[in-house]
Amino acid sequence: MTDNKKGAKQIPTVEGWFTWPPSEEPHLIGSKCMSCGDYFFPKTIRCRNPYCMKDAAVKDLPFSRRAKLWSFTTNYFKPPIPFKSADPFKPFGVAIVEFTEERIKIQGIVASGYDTERLRIGQEMEVVLEKLHDDINGNEVITWKFKPVTIG
Amino acid sequence: MNEVIIAGVGMTRWGKWNDLTSVDLGVEAARKALADSGLEWRNIQLLVSGESRFAGTNGFLMGNVLAKELGWSGIPALNIYNACSSGTYAVRIAQMHVAAGMCDAVLCVGYDKSPIGFFSPPYDRSWDYTDLDTQRLRLLGLTNPTIFALHAMRRRELYGTTDTDLAKVKVKSSKHGVLNPYARYQREFTMEEIVNSPMVCSPLRLYEIAATSDGAAAVVICSQKLAKTLTSKPIILAGISCTTPSYPENEPALMWLSSDSTYSRPIPEVNQQQTAALLAYEESGIGPEDLSLAEVYDLSANLELDWYEYIGLCAPGEAEELLSEGATSLGGRIPVNPSGGVSAFGESVPAQSLAQMCELVWQLRGEAGARQVEGAKTALAINMGLMGNISCAILKR
Repeated sequence: MTDNKKGAKQIPTVEGWFTWPPSEEPHLIGSKCMSCGDYFFPKTIRCRNPYCMKDAAVKDLPFSRRAKLWSFTTNYFKPPIPFKSADPFKPFGVAIVEFTEERIKIQGIVASGYDTERLRIGQEMEVVLEKLHDDINGNEVITWKFKPVTIG
Repeated sequence: MNEVIIAGVGMTRWGKWNDLTSVDLGVEAARKALADSGLEWRNIQLLVSGESRFAGTNGFLMGNVLAKELGWSGIPALNIYNACSSGTYAVRIAQMHVAAGMCDAVLCVGYDKSPIGFFSPPYDRSWDYTDLDTQRLRLLGLTNPTIFALHAMRRRELYGTTDTDLAKVKVKSSKHGVLNPYARYQREFTMEEIVNSPMVCSPLRLYEIAATSDGAAAVVICSQKLAKTLTSKPIILAGISCTTPSYPENEPALMWLSSDSTYSRPIPEVNQQQTAALLAYEESGIGPEDLSLAEVYDLSANLELDWYEYIGLCAPGEAEELLSEGATSLGGRIPVNPSGGVSAFGESVPAQSLAQMCELVWQLRGEAGARQVEGAKTALAINMGLMGNISCAILKR
Protein backbone atom coordinates (compact mmCIF):
# COMPACT_ATOMS: atom_id res chain seq x y z
CA MET A 1 0.00 0.00 0.00
CA THR A 2 3.02 2.28 -0.09
CA ASP A 3 3.25 4.74 -2.94
CA ASN A 4 6.68 4.57 -4.47
CA LYS A 5 7.22 8.04 -5.81
CA LYS A 6 9.78 8.15 -8.57
CA GLY A 7 13.15 8.96 -7.08
CA ALA A 8 11.95 8.88 -3.46
CA LYS A 9 14.46 7.33 -1.08
CA GLN A 10 13.51 4.82 1.56
CA ILE A 11 15.04 5.39 4.97
CA PRO A 12 14.60 3.40 8.18
CA THR A 13 12.92 4.95 11.22
CA VAL A 14 15.87 3.79 13.30
CA GLU A 15 19.04 2.41 11.78
CA GLY A 16 20.08 -0.97 13.05
CA TRP A 17 16.79 -2.00 14.64
CA PHE A 18 15.83 -4.15 11.64
CA THR A 19 17.51 -5.63 8.58
CA TRP A 20 18.18 -3.15 5.81
CA PRO A 21 17.68 -2.56 2.90
CA PRO A 22 14.04 -3.72 2.81
CA SER A 23 13.57 -7.29 1.61
CA GLU A 24 10.86 -9.91 1.43
CA GLU A 25 12.12 -11.49 4.65
CA PRO A 26 13.06 -8.76 7.10
CA HIS A 27 14.07 -9.43 10.69
CA LEU A 28 14.04 -7.30 13.77
CA ILE A 29 17.57 -6.96 15.10
CA GLY A 30 17.94 -7.32 18.84
CA SER A 31 20.58 -8.59 21.20
CA LYS A 32 21.23 -11.76 23.13
CA CYS A 33 23.38 -12.23 26.18
CA MET A 34 25.45 -15.30 25.44
CA SER A 35 25.94 -15.85 29.15
CA CYS A 36 22.36 -16.01 30.51
CA GLY A 37 20.68 -16.41 27.11
CA ASP A 38 18.17 -13.57 27.48
CA TYR A 39 17.13 -11.49 24.47
CA PHE A 40 16.66 -7.73 24.34
CA PHE A 41 14.97 -5.34 21.93
CA PRO A 42 15.92 -2.86 20.66
CA LYS A 43 19.55 -3.98 20.47
CA THR A 44 21.60 -2.99 23.45
CA ILE A 45 25.15 -2.95 24.77
CA ARG A 46 24.27 -4.31 28.16
CA CYS A 47 22.69 -7.34 29.74
CA ARG A 48 19.63 -6.02 31.57
CA ASN A 49 19.18 -9.21 33.55
CA PRO A 50 20.17 -8.12 37.05
CA TYR A 51 21.11 -11.74 37.83
CA CYS A 52 23.68 -11.73 35.03
CA MET A 53 24.81 -8.26 33.88
CA LYS A 54 27.69 -9.63 31.75
CA ASP A 55 27.71 -6.81 29.22
CA ALA A 56 30.69 -8.26 27.34
CA ALA A 57 28.59 -11.33 26.49
CA VAL A 58 25.91 -9.33 24.67
CA LYS A 59 25.78 -9.76 20.88
CA ASP A 60 23.43 -8.35 18.23
CA LEU A 61 21.45 -10.82 16.17
CA PRO A 62 18.36 -11.06 14.01
CA PHE A 63 15.19 -12.21 15.78
CA SER A 64 12.78 -14.80 14.41
CA ARG A 65 10.56 -13.82 11.49
CA ARG A 66 7.39 -15.08 13.05
CA ALA A 67 5.62 -14.56 16.35
CA LYS A 68 2.27 -15.26 17.99
CA LEU A 69 -0.29 -12.51 18.42
CA TRP A 70 -0.57 -11.82 22.16
CA SER A 71 -2.90 -8.83 21.99
CA PHE A 72 -4.12 -6.23 19.54
CA THR A 73 -6.35 -3.20 19.29
CA THR A 74 -7.39 -0.64 16.70
CA ASN A 75 -6.71 3.06 17.15
CA TYR A 76 -9.73 4.97 15.89
CA PHE A 77 -8.34 8.39 16.77
CA LYS A 78 -5.12 9.90 15.54
CA PRO A 79 -2.44 9.70 18.22
CA PRO A 80 -0.83 12.97 19.33
CA ILE A 81 2.58 14.22 18.14
CA PRO A 82 5.14 13.01 17.65
CA PHE A 83 3.01 10.42 15.86
CA LYS A 84 2.94 11.01 12.15
CA SER A 85 0.87 9.18 9.57
CA ALA A 86 -0.72 9.59 6.20
CA ASP A 87 -3.36 12.28 5.83
CA PRO A 88 -6.27 11.78 6.11
CA PHE A 89 -5.98 9.60 9.17
CA LYS A 90 -7.17 6.01 8.83
CA PRO A 91 -7.68 3.73 11.85
CA PHE A 92 -4.84 1.30 12.29
CA GLY A 93 -4.04 -1.72 14.43
CA VAL A 94 -1.40 -2.00 17.14
CA ALA A 95 -0.25 -5.42 18.22
CA ILE A 96 1.84 -7.10 20.87
CA VAL A 97 3.39 -10.28 19.52
CA GLU A 98 5.32 -12.95 21.36
CA PHE A 99 8.44 -14.36 19.77
CA THR A 100 8.54 -18.00 20.82
CA GLU A 101 12.26 -18.64 20.50
CA GLU A 102 13.28 -15.39 22.14
CA ARG A 103 10.44 -15.49 24.73
CA ILE A 104 9.96 -11.79 24.39
CA LYS A 105 6.92 -9.64 23.61
CA ILE A 106 7.34 -6.76 21.18
CA GLN A 107 4.91 -4.08 20.09
CA GLY A 108 4.31 -2.91 16.56
CA ILE A 109 1.77 -1.47 14.19
CA VAL A 110 -0.31 -3.95 12.20
CA ALA A 111 0.55 -3.85 8.50
CA SER A 112 -2.00 -2.02 6.37
CA GLY A 113 -4.63 -3.78 4.32
CA TYR A 114 -5.88 -6.11 7.07
CA ASP A 115 -9.16 -5.90 8.95
CA THR A 116 -7.69 -5.42 12.40
CA GLU A 117 -10.98 -6.15 14.16
CA ARG A 118 -10.80 -9.70 12.81
CA LEU A 119 -7.44 -10.63 14.23
CA ARG A 120 -7.37 -13.49 16.74
CA ILE A 121 -5.11 -13.76 19.74
CA GLY A 122 -2.77 -16.69 19.20
CA GLN A 123 -2.61 -16.40 15.43
CA GLU A 124 0.73 -16.34 13.67
CA MET A 125 2.17 -13.00 12.67
CA GLU A 126 5.20 -12.08 10.61
CA VAL A 127 7.61 -9.15 10.58
CA VAL A 128 7.35 -6.86 7.57
CA LEU A 129 8.80 -3.49 6.67
CA GLU A 130 6.37 -0.84 5.57
CA LYS A 131 6.14 2.91 5.21
CA LEU A 132 5.33 4.75 8.40
CA HIS A 133 5.18 8.22 6.89
CA ASP A 134 6.89 10.53 4.42
CA ASP A 135 9.51 12.90 5.71
CA ILE A 136 9.75 16.59 4.74
CA ASN A 137 12.06 15.72 1.87
CA GLY A 138 9.56 13.30 0.40
CA ASN A 139 11.51 10.21 1.47
CA GLU A 140 9.59 7.19 2.67
CA VAL A 141 10.32 6.49 6.30
CA ILE A 142 10.15 2.73 6.78
CA THR A 143 9.52 0.81 9.99
CA TRP A 144 8.71 -2.70 11.18
CA LYS A 145 5.13 -3.86 11.36
CA PHE A 146 3.41 -7.18 11.91
CA LYS A 147 1.20 -8.87 9.37
CA PRO A 148 -1.04 -11.91 9.80
CA VAL A 149 0.38 -15.03 8.19
CA THR A 150 -2.25 -16.33 5.80
CA ILE A 151 -2.73 -20.05 5.77
CA GLY A 152 -2.63 -21.93 2.48
CA MET B 1 6.78 1.40 64.77
CA ASN B 2 6.49 3.00 61.36
CA GLU B 3 2.89 4.10 61.84
CA VAL B 4 2.40 7.77 61.14
CA ILE B 5 -0.81 9.77 61.22
CA ILE B 6 -2.74 11.48 58.47
CA ALA B 7 -3.81 14.61 60.26
CA GLY B 8 -5.49 16.51 57.46
CA VAL B 9 -6.66 16.24 53.87
CA GLY B 10 -8.02 18.66 51.31
CA MET B 11 -8.77 18.85 47.63
CA THR B 12 -10.32 21.06 44.98
CA ARG B 13 -13.17 19.92 42.84
CA TRP B 14 -11.83 18.34 39.63
CA GLY B 15 -12.81 19.95 36.33
CA LYS B 16 -11.51 22.37 33.70
CA TRP B 17 -10.98 25.65 35.52
CA ASN B 18 -10.15 28.31 32.97
CA ASP B 19 -10.20 31.12 35.53
CA LEU B 20 -7.81 29.44 37.92
CA THR B 21 -4.09 28.98 37.52
CA SER B 22 -2.30 25.80 38.38
CA VAL B 23 -0.90 27.15 41.65
CA ASP B 24 -4.34 28.57 42.61
CA LEU B 25 -5.49 24.96 42.74
CA GLY B 26 -2.40 23.89 44.68
CA VAL B 27 -2.86 26.62 47.26
CA GLU B 28 -6.54 25.76 47.70
CA ALA B 29 -5.81 22.09 48.36
CA ALA B 30 -2.84 22.84 50.63
CA ARG B 31 -4.73 25.36 52.75
CA LYS B 32 -7.73 23.05 53.05
CA ALA B 33 -5.52 20.20 54.24
CA LEU B 34 -3.72 22.43 56.71
CA ALA B 35 -6.98 23.81 58.08
CA ASP B 36 -8.30 20.27 58.36
CA SER B 37 -5.24 19.24 60.35
CA GLY B 38 -5.25 22.20 62.69
CA LEU B 39 -1.65 23.00 61.72
CA GLU B 40 -0.36 26.24 60.25
CA TRP B 41 1.76 26.35 57.08
CA ARG B 42 4.65 27.59 59.27
CA ASN B 43 4.39 24.38 61.37
CA ILE B 44 5.18 22.24 58.32
CA GLN B 45 8.77 21.03 58.28
CA LEU B 46 8.90 19.42 54.83
CA LEU B 47 6.96 19.92 51.64
CA VAL B 48 6.79 17.09 49.10
CA SER B 49 5.12 17.96 45.82
CA GLY B 50 4.36 15.95 42.73
CA GLU B 51 5.61 17.37 39.45
CA SER B 52 3.88 17.78 36.12
CA ARG B 53 4.94 17.29 32.52
CA PHE B 54 2.36 19.82 31.39
CA ALA B 55 3.43 22.88 33.38
CA GLY B 56 6.56 23.99 31.54
CA THR B 57 9.52 24.94 33.71
CA ASN B 58 7.22 25.41 36.73
CA GLY B 59 6.37 21.74 36.35
CA PHE B 60 9.82 20.64 37.52
CA LEU B 61 9.65 22.69 40.71
CA MET B 62 6.00 22.70 41.64
CA GLY B 63 6.84 22.41 45.35
CA ASN B 64 8.95 25.56 45.19
CA VAL B 65 6.29 27.40 43.21
CA LEU B 66 3.70 26.43 45.81
CA ALA B 67 5.98 27.25 48.77
CA LYS B 68 6.48 30.77 47.44
CA GLU B 69 2.72 31.26 47.06
CA LEU B 70 2.06 29.99 50.56
CA GLY B 71 4.93 32.17 51.75
CA TRP B 72 8.57 31.13 52.00
CA SER B 73 9.21 29.29 55.25
CA GLY B 74 12.73 28.00 54.69
CA ILE B 75 11.79 24.32 54.69
CA PRO B 76 12.95 21.82 52.08
CA ALA B 77 10.66 21.60 49.05
CA LEU B 78 11.04 18.16 47.50
CA ASN B 79 9.77 17.89 43.94
CA ILE B 80 9.15 14.35 42.80
CA TYR B 81 7.72 12.63 39.77
CA ASN B 82 6.54 9.03 39.64
CA ALA B 83 3.79 9.65 37.11
CA CYS B 84 0.33 8.75 38.45
CA SER B 85 1.89 7.29 41.61
CA SER B 86 3.57 10.56 42.60
CA GLY B 87 1.15 11.30 45.44
CA THR B 88 1.66 7.94 47.16
CA TYR B 89 5.43 8.25 46.70
CA ALA B 90 5.18 11.68 48.37
CA VAL B 91 3.35 10.14 51.31
CA ARG B 92 6.01 7.40 51.48
CA ILE B 93 8.73 10.05 51.71
CA ALA B 94 6.74 11.88 54.38
CA GLN B 95 6.26 8.65 56.31
CA MET B 96 9.97 7.89 56.27
CA HIS B 97 10.89 11.35 57.57
CA VAL B 98 8.32 11.24 60.34
CA ALA B 99 8.91 7.61 61.35
CA ALA B 100 12.65 8.30 61.55
CA GLY B 101 11.98 11.17 63.91
CA MET B 102 13.36 13.80 61.54
CA CYS B 103 10.08 15.65 61.09
CA ASP B 104 6.82 15.98 62.97
CA ALA B 105 4.72 17.48 60.19
CA VAL B 106 4.95 17.06 56.41
CA LEU B 107 2.70 18.45 53.69
CA CYS B 108 2.25 16.29 50.56
CA VAL B 109 0.62 17.94 47.59
CA GLY B 110 -0.10 17.42 43.92
CA TYR B 111 -1.72 19.88 41.54
CA ASP B 112 -2.04 20.22 37.79
CA LYS B 113 -4.00 21.60 34.87
CA SER B 114 -4.13 18.87 32.27
CA PRO B 115 -4.14 19.40 28.53
CA ILE B 116 -7.26 18.28 26.68
CA GLY B 117 -7.21 14.96 24.84
CA PHE B 118 -4.42 12.38 24.73
CA PHE B 119 -1.53 12.98 27.10
CA SER B 120 1.41 13.78 24.84
CA PRO B 121 4.97 14.88 25.51
CA PRO B 122 5.35 18.61 26.12
CA TYR B 123 7.99 18.93 23.42
CA ASP B 124 8.85 17.14 20.20
CA ARG B 125 11.95 15.02 20.68
CA SER B 126 11.28 12.93 17.63
CA TRP B 127 14.92 13.26 16.57
CA ASP B 128 15.91 11.27 19.66
CA TYR B 129 15.08 7.58 19.39
CA THR B 130 16.18 6.86 22.93
CA ASP B 131 13.26 9.03 24.11
CA LEU B 132 10.51 6.64 25.15
CA ASP B 133 7.68 8.94 24.08
CA THR B 134 9.30 9.13 20.65
CA GLN B 135 9.52 5.34 20.57
CA ARG B 136 5.98 4.64 21.61
CA LEU B 137 4.22 7.54 19.86
CA ARG B 138 6.31 8.12 16.73
CA LEU B 139 7.02 4.48 15.99
CA LEU B 140 3.83 2.86 17.24
CA GLY B 141 1.09 5.41 17.86
CA LEU B 142 0.82 3.78 21.27
CA THR B 143 -1.28 6.24 23.26
CA ASN B 144 -2.25 5.54 26.87
CA PRO B 145 -5.74 4.37 25.82
CA THR B 146 -4.06 2.08 23.28
CA ILE B 147 -2.22 0.23 26.01
CA PHE B 148 -5.36 0.09 28.20
CA ALA B 149 -7.17 -1.44 25.23
CA LEU B 150 -4.40 -4.01 24.68
CA HIS B 151 -5.01 -5.13 28.26
CA ALA B 152 -8.77 -5.11 27.74
CA MET B 153 -8.36 -7.45 24.76
CA ARG B 154 -6.30 -9.81 26.93
CA ARG B 155 -9.05 -9.79 29.54
CA ARG B 156 -11.62 -10.56 26.89
CA GLU B 157 -9.47 -13.45 25.65
CA LEU B 158 -8.75 -14.90 29.08
CA TYR B 159 -12.06 -14.34 30.83
CA GLY B 160 -14.63 -13.46 28.18
CA THR B 161 -15.13 -9.88 29.37
CA THR B 162 -18.01 -8.44 27.34
CA ASP B 163 -18.80 -4.91 26.21
CA THR B 164 -21.61 -4.97 28.77
CA ASP B 165 -19.17 -5.85 31.53
CA LEU B 166 -17.01 -2.86 30.63
CA ALA B 167 -19.99 -0.53 30.48
CA LYS B 168 -21.19 -1.76 33.89
CA VAL B 169 -17.97 -0.50 35.47
CA LYS B 170 -18.71 3.01 34.18
CA VAL B 171 -22.33 2.79 35.29
CA LYS B 172 -21.20 1.97 38.83
CA SER B 173 -18.48 4.64 38.90
CA SER B 174 -20.93 7.27 37.76
CA LYS B 175 -23.47 6.27 40.41
CA HIS B 176 -20.80 6.97 43.01
CA GLY B 177 -19.57 10.14 41.31
CA VAL B 178 -23.03 11.66 41.57
CA LEU B 179 -22.62 11.60 45.33
CA ASN B 180 -19.19 13.25 45.38
CA PRO B 181 -19.05 17.06 45.38
CA TYR B 182 -15.39 16.89 44.32
CA ALA B 183 -15.95 14.72 41.25
CA ARG B 184 -15.84 16.40 37.85
CA TYR B 185 -18.67 14.27 36.47
CA GLN B 186 -21.56 14.28 38.88
CA ARG B 187 -24.16 12.52 36.80
CA GLU B 188 -25.17 8.97 36.16
CA PHE B 189 -24.16 7.53 32.81
CA THR B 190 -26.58 5.04 31.31
CA MET B 191 -25.62 1.72 29.77
CA GLU B 192 -27.07 2.92 26.47
CA GLU B 193 -25.01 6.08 26.19
CA ILE B 194 -21.83 4.28 27.23
CA VAL B 195 -22.07 1.53 24.61
CA ASN B 196 -22.97 4.13 22.00
CA SER B 197 -20.08 6.46 22.81
CA PRO B 198 -17.36 6.54 20.13
CA MET B 199 -14.93 3.64 20.01
CA VAL B 200 -11.48 5.01 20.87
CA CYS B 201 -9.26 1.90 20.91
CA SER B 202 -11.20 -1.32 20.59
CA PRO B 203 -12.83 -2.56 22.74
CA LEU B 204 -12.76 0.65 24.81
CA ARG B 205 -15.28 3.38 24.17
CA LEU B 206 -14.93 7.03 25.11
CA TYR B 207 -16.88 6.82 28.37
CA GLU B 208 -14.90 3.78 29.46
CA ILE B 209 -11.64 5.71 29.45
CA ALA B 210 -10.79 8.34 32.07
CA ALA B 211 -10.55 11.91 30.83
CA THR B 212 -7.87 14.44 31.80
CA SER B 213 -8.66 17.18 34.32
CA ASP B 214 -7.45 20.06 36.44
CA GLY B 215 -7.28 19.23 40.13
CA ALA B 216 -5.28 19.47 43.33
CA ALA B 217 -5.12 17.44 46.52
CA ALA B 218 -3.05 17.59 49.68
CA VAL B 219 -2.39 15.45 52.73
CA VAL B 220 -0.75 16.39 56.05
CA ILE B 221 1.31 13.59 57.61
CA CYS B 222 2.38 13.94 61.22
CA SER B 223 3.90 12.00 64.09
CA GLN B 224 1.79 10.20 66.66
CA LYS B 225 3.17 12.61 69.26
CA LEU B 226 2.01 15.69 67.36
CA ALA B 227 -1.29 14.07 66.42
CA LYS B 228 -2.21 13.82 70.09
CA THR B 229 -2.19 17.63 70.36
CA LEU B 230 -4.39 18.17 67.30
CA THR B 231 -8.14 18.07 67.35
CA SER B 232 -8.68 16.21 64.05
CA LYS B 233 -9.63 12.54 63.96
CA PRO B 234 -6.28 10.76 63.49
CA ILE B 235 -6.16 8.23 60.71
CA ILE B 236 -3.23 5.82 60.73
CA LEU B 237 -1.06 5.01 57.73
CA ALA B 238 -0.86 1.30 58.42
CA GLY B 239 1.08 0.16 55.36
CA ILE B 240 2.56 1.60 52.19
CA SER B 241 4.56 0.26 49.26
CA CYS B 242 6.31 1.70 46.22
CA THR B 243 7.52 -0.70 43.54
CA THR B 244 9.13 -1.16 40.17
CA PRO B 245 8.76 -4.37 38.14
CA SER B 246 10.82 -7.46 38.95
CA TYR B 247 12.89 -9.16 36.24
CA PRO B 248 11.71 -10.55 33.94
CA GLU B 249 8.68 -8.35 33.30
CA ASN B 250 7.09 -10.25 30.45
CA GLU B 251 4.41 -7.73 29.54
CA PRO B 252 5.61 -4.56 27.85
CA ALA B 253 5.30 -1.88 30.52
CA LEU B 254 4.16 1.49 29.23
CA MET B 255 6.30 2.94 27.63
CA TRP B 256 8.79 0.35 26.43
CA LEU B 257 8.52 -1.31 23.01
CA SER B 258 9.47 -4.67 24.33
CA SER B 259 9.08 -6.83 27.40
CA ASP B 260 11.91 -8.66 29.11
CA SER B 261 12.75 -12.15 27.88
CA THR B 262 11.87 -15.18 29.99
CA TYR B 263 14.61 -17.26 28.40
CA SER B 264 16.76 -17.53 31.53
CA ARG B 265 14.19 -16.98 34.30
CA PRO B 266 10.45 -17.49 34.62
CA ILE B 267 8.23 -14.53 35.43
CA PRO B 268 7.78 -13.95 39.16
CA GLU B 269 4.86 -15.86 40.69
CA VAL B 270 3.13 -12.64 41.61
CA ASN B 271 3.07 -9.65 39.31
CA GLN B 272 4.00 -6.10 40.23
CA GLN B 273 0.42 -5.05 41.01
CA GLN B 274 -0.05 -7.98 43.36
CA THR B 275 3.34 -7.34 44.92
CA ALA B 276 2.46 -3.72 45.71
CA ALA B 277 -0.73 -4.81 47.44
CA LEU B 278 0.95 -7.70 49.27
CA LEU B 279 3.70 -5.49 50.67
CA ALA B 280 1.13 -3.08 52.05
CA TYR B 281 -0.97 -5.94 53.45
CA GLU B 282 2.11 -7.40 55.13
CA GLU B 283 3.24 -4.13 56.67
CA SER B 284 -0.25 -3.30 57.93
CA GLY B 285 -1.25 -6.76 59.13
CA ILE B 286 -4.51 -6.19 57.23
CA GLY B 287 -5.71 -8.56 54.51
CA PRO B 288 -8.11 -8.08 51.59
CA GLU B 289 -10.86 -9.75 53.59
CA ASP B 290 -10.48 -7.05 56.27
CA LEU B 291 -10.94 -4.10 53.92
CA SER B 292 -13.97 -1.86 54.29
CA LEU B 293 -13.38 -0.21 50.91
CA ALA B 294 -10.76 0.34 48.22
CA GLU B 295 -9.80 3.03 45.72
CA VAL B 296 -8.16 1.57 42.63
CA TYR B 297 -6.68 3.31 39.60
CA ASP B 298 -9.41 2.93 37.00
CA LEU B 299 -7.81 4.64 34.01
CA SER B 300 -10.17 2.48 31.96
CA ALA B 301 -13.06 0.15 32.79
CA ASN B 302 -11.10 -3.08 32.26
CA LEU B 303 -8.33 -1.95 34.59
CA GLU B 304 -10.77 -1.66 37.48
CA LEU B 305 -11.70 -5.32 36.93
CA ASP B 306 -8.02 -6.28 36.86
CA TRP B 307 -7.46 -4.44 40.14
CA TYR B 308 -10.18 -6.40 41.98
CA GLU B 309 -8.13 -9.52 41.28
CA TYR B 310 -4.70 -8.02 41.88
CA ILE B 311 -5.63 -6.77 45.36
CA GLY B 312 -7.16 -10.13 46.21
CA LEU B 313 -10.88 -9.33 46.36
CA CYS B 314 -11.57 -12.32 44.12
CA ALA B 315 -9.82 -14.94 42.02
CA PRO B 316 -8.59 -14.20 38.47
CA GLY B 317 -11.53 -14.09 36.09
CA GLU B 318 -14.13 -13.43 38.77
CA ALA B 319 -14.07 -9.63 38.76
CA GLU B 320 -16.98 -9.34 36.32
CA GLU B 321 -19.12 -11.45 38.65
CA LEU B 322 -18.09 -9.44 41.70
CA LEU B 323 -19.15 -6.27 39.91
CA SER B 324 -22.41 -7.70 38.58
CA GLU B 325 -23.55 -8.96 41.95
CA GLY B 326 -23.09 -5.44 43.36
CA ALA B 327 -20.32 -6.38 45.79
CA THR B 328 -18.18 -3.40 44.77
CA SER B 329 -20.99 -0.85 44.69
CA LEU B 330 -21.88 1.34 47.64
CA GLY B 331 -24.01 -0.85 49.86
CA GLY B 332 -22.14 -3.95 48.72
CA ARG B 333 -19.72 -5.89 50.85
CA ILE B 334 -16.52 -4.26 49.49
CA PRO B 335 -17.21 -0.93 47.77
CA VAL B 336 -14.53 -0.05 45.23
CA ASN B 337 -14.07 3.56 44.19
CA PRO B 338 -16.81 5.01 46.37
CA SER B 339 -15.40 8.37 45.24
CA GLY B 340 -16.38 7.62 41.66
CA GLY B 341 -12.79 6.76 40.79
CA VAL B 342 -10.61 8.33 38.11
CA SER B 343 -13.64 7.71 35.90
CA ALA B 344 -15.71 10.35 37.66
CA PHE B 345 -12.78 12.71 38.10
CA GLY B 346 -10.62 12.56 35.02
CA GLU B 347 -6.92 12.46 35.70
CA SER B 348 -4.77 15.15 37.24
CA VAL B 349 -1.57 13.14 37.33
CA PRO B 350 0.35 14.45 40.36
CA ALA B 351 -2.83 14.91 42.39
CA GLN B 352 -4.73 11.75 41.63
CA SER B 353 -3.24 9.34 44.15
CA LEU B 354 -3.57 12.00 46.86
CA ALA B 355 -7.24 12.34 45.88
CA GLN B 356 -7.53 8.60 46.55
CA MET B 357 -6.08 9.19 49.99
CA CYS B 358 -8.49 12.05 50.73
CA GLU B 359 -11.38 9.72 50.01
CA LEU B 360 -9.99 7.00 52.27
CA VAL B 361 -9.59 9.48 55.13
CA TRP B 362 -13.11 10.91 54.77
CA GLN B 363 -14.57 7.42 54.67
CA LEU B 364 -12.65 6.28 57.75
CA ARG B 365 -13.68 9.39 59.67
CA GLY B 366 -17.34 8.97 58.73
CA GLU B 367 -17.26 12.24 56.78
CA ALA B 368 -18.09 10.91 53.31
CA GLY B 369 -21.69 12.11 53.35
CA ALA B 370 -24.02 10.44 50.88
CA ARG B 371 -21.31 8.01 49.75
CA GLN B 372 -20.35 6.89 53.28
CA VAL B 373 -19.40 3.24 53.60
CA GLU B 374 -21.00 2.19 56.89
CA GLY B 375 -18.59 1.48 59.69
CA ALA B 376 -15.50 1.92 57.52
CA LYS B 377 -12.44 0.80 59.51
CA THR B 378 -9.74 -0.02 56.95
CA ALA B 379 -9.18 1.18 53.42
CA LEU B 380 -6.74 0.58 50.57
CA ALA B 381 -5.64 2.79 47.71
CA ILE B 382 -3.57 1.45 44.81
CA ASN B 383 -2.35 3.21 41.68
CA MET B 384 -0.14 2.74 38.69
CA GLY B 385 2.02 5.20 36.80
CA LEU B 386 3.81 4.79 33.51
CA MET B 387 7.36 3.54 33.32
CA GLY B 388 6.92 0.94 36.02
CA ASN B 389 5.43 2.73 39.03
CA ILE B 390 2.92 0.96 41.24
CA SER B 391 2.22 2.03 44.81
CA CYS B 392 -0.27 1.05 47.46
CA ALA B 393 -1.35 2.49 50.80
CA ILE B 394 -3.53 1.05 53.54
CA LEU B 395 -5.16 3.29 56.13
CA LYS B 396 -7.03 2.43 59.31
CA ARG B 397 -8.73 4.24 62.16
